[in-house]
Amino acid sequence: MADGSIGLWTVPLAVFGGAIRVSTPFLFVSLGECITERSGRINLGLEGTLVMGAMSAYGISYLTGSPWLGVLAAGVTGALLGALHAGICSLPRVNDVAVGIALMLFGTGLAFFLGKPLIEPTAARLPAIDFGWWSDIPQLRAALQINVLFLIGVVLAPILYWAFRTTRWGLLIRTAGESSDAARAMGHSVLLIRLRATMVGGFLAGIGGSFLSLFYPGSWNEGLSSGQGITAVALVIFARWDPMLCLWASLAFGGAAALGPALQSVGVTSGYHLFNAAPYILTLAIMIITCSPKRTLTGAPAELSITR
Amino acid sequence: MDFGRISRRHLLQGSAALTLGSALGVRSAAAADMTIGFIYVGSRDDYGYNQAHAQGAAVLKKLPGIKVVEEEKVPETDAVEKTMESMINLDGATLLFPTSFGYYNPHMVKVAAKYPKLHFEHCGGLWSDKDPKNAGSYFGYIDEAQYISGIVAGYSTKSGKLGFVAAKPIPQVLRNINAFTLGAKLANPKATTQVIFTGDWSMPVKEAEATNSLIDQGVDVLTCHVDGPKTMVENAARRGAMVCGYHVDQSPLAPKAYLTGAEWNWEALYPKFVKMIQAGESIPNFYRGGLKEEIVKCSPYGEAVSAEARKHADDIKAQLIAGTYTIFKGPIMDNKGKTVIAAGTERGQKDPELEKMDYLVEGVIGATS
Repeated sequence: MADGSIGLWTVPLAVFGGAIRVSTPFLFVSLGECITERSGRINLGLEGTLVMGAMSAYGISYLTGSPWLGVLAAGVTGALLGALHAGICSLPRVNDVAVGIALMLFGTGLAFFLGKPLIEPTAARLPAIDFGWWSDIPQLRAALQINVLFLIGVVLAPILYWAFRTTRWGLLIRTAGESSDAARAMGHSVLLIRLRATMVGGFLAGIGGSFLSLFYPGSWNEGLSSGQGITAVALVIFARWDPMLCLWASLAFGGAAALGPALQSVGVTSGYHLFNAAPYILTLAIMIITCSPKRTLTGAPAELSITR
Repeated sequence: MDFGRISRRHLLQGSAALTLGSALGVRSAAAADMTIGFIYVGSRDDYGYNQAHAQGAAVLKKLPGIKVVEEEKVPETDAVEKTMESMINLDGATLLFPTSFGYYNPHMVKVAAKYPKLHFEHCGGLWSDKDPKNAGSYFGYIDEAQYISGIVAGYSTKSGKLGFVAAKPIPQVLRNINAFTLGAKLANPKATTQVIFTGDWSMPVKEAEATNSLIDQGVDVLTCHVDGPKTMVENAARRGAMVCGYHVDQSPLAPKAYLTGAEWNWEALYPKFVKMIQAGESIPNFYRGGLKEEIVKCSPYGEAVSAEARKHADDIKAQLIAGTYTIFKGPIMDNKGKTVIAAGTERGQKDPELEKMDYLVEGVIGATS
């Protein structure tokens, strides 16, 4: 069009672009949580890990000028928080859900405290790869400014899917998650397996946080996560602990988050609160469709405290 | 044992300590003859609403004999009453600024009634005769500065499409959207403002998505009314659009894209309040003002602003400061075609009708519900 607008095409394009832009933190947190939960433990603290990751990535990127060092720092912070969770849960008669909630509050609180001086400065951002070079529509080109982290996440999902089925450590994690007795009988330490799984989960969640502060929306502030970490944990449940389904669910959530603003921008202005609630309505709908009182959740690790 | 003697000695020791203590107390009170408490709902360096207040507090800190105590991230619940109580009882604050909208009723009103000798100043509330006399509410007509931003935006847009990322459709926000649009139409009668409501004051991902959607629609100048404009400013600048700021000067975030902005001028107002109290005068309970009263101000123009835009904007600014210009002057239609201000009617800034605004003017694309 002459004035450079693309009219109603904005909506599908925004949902597509949103699926790519918004989904990455969901993807990393849900893949991380998938690994942790498959080992038989639930870590609700990933919301705190996400926020801590975002804060430490921003801080390190600001101090060193290298956003990639920031991503690494976010991952290490996440792994440490994961180790803390696993460490506390290794003690006898400790409830992992309660520890998770405590760590969620601890992580967000600590991040807000340490991140105070980081709200104002602008840190170096992660670069985007231009996949829209072939198009002359600026809107499409903008939507195709894709960050490497997103691509890593997309590749990671099938790798995990494969690894859970065929690799030695994938099967070990699943054994620990399905029957700790069996894992013990084989001579493995269940606690050690879970410690590693929770640390890897935390590492990925921390990287998800670095995407928030270093790429999109791309700065550190206290409202940055607004519950995305906890949404991602719920997402694992309705993705049935399957990494590939985590990928699709994350994309759907990203797209749904973009729907509200996109519809308003083309003039569908009534009921925007409803459209803004789209991700949550989607969660409820999928939960209702897939739940049945007659059977337990398919795919749920048997050792998980919520299914036991 | 002679209890009487010991107790007498203790009594003497005790009273000596008491005298010493009160002497010290008097001395420390003289060193800071006024303690002022500031309470913020968010973080005080958010590049937005809270930072604007904190900048005002920072000016007070430099005044002789003034001590400022601050607390951030106090929720709009009983928590703010506890914060006020502790500032009064532990820090000896005699003037309090609970700066967030939801602090006013019932929280600040309750505490003000309990301490009738102290001063309470609230930003944005609507003081009425029923409220305690030692409480007050102040606010700025920041829509005047938004009107100036609108003029600059109207000259700067190439597509004629402006964007507004807003939090909630409440009167203060609608008034800003409308003033911005009316200003833009002064410069470019065909200009439209597309508004997107995110639903809450701080939703960074939604704000970023709204910014991207607006730019996808061909919008090339954006402004906002959310608590922290940083997300909108940075994301718009990355996409090559221009921005008008809000709350404080955001030009350091996007030096090339920043045109101008509507800012609070609490740095000018708060020292005035303190001087009034020190002089024993009473602060008017209902305190309002705009550019003229130096409660709001415009950011310095960015390099992208044309000479023509500067001239027009400066001219209107001068008239607003002189008090000879009315922004909401009939006939004004809303965007559904209904006349909201009849021809010949002028609604001056202090008109209470404007504080009840529930419509979007012609030229705004969007709806309040």
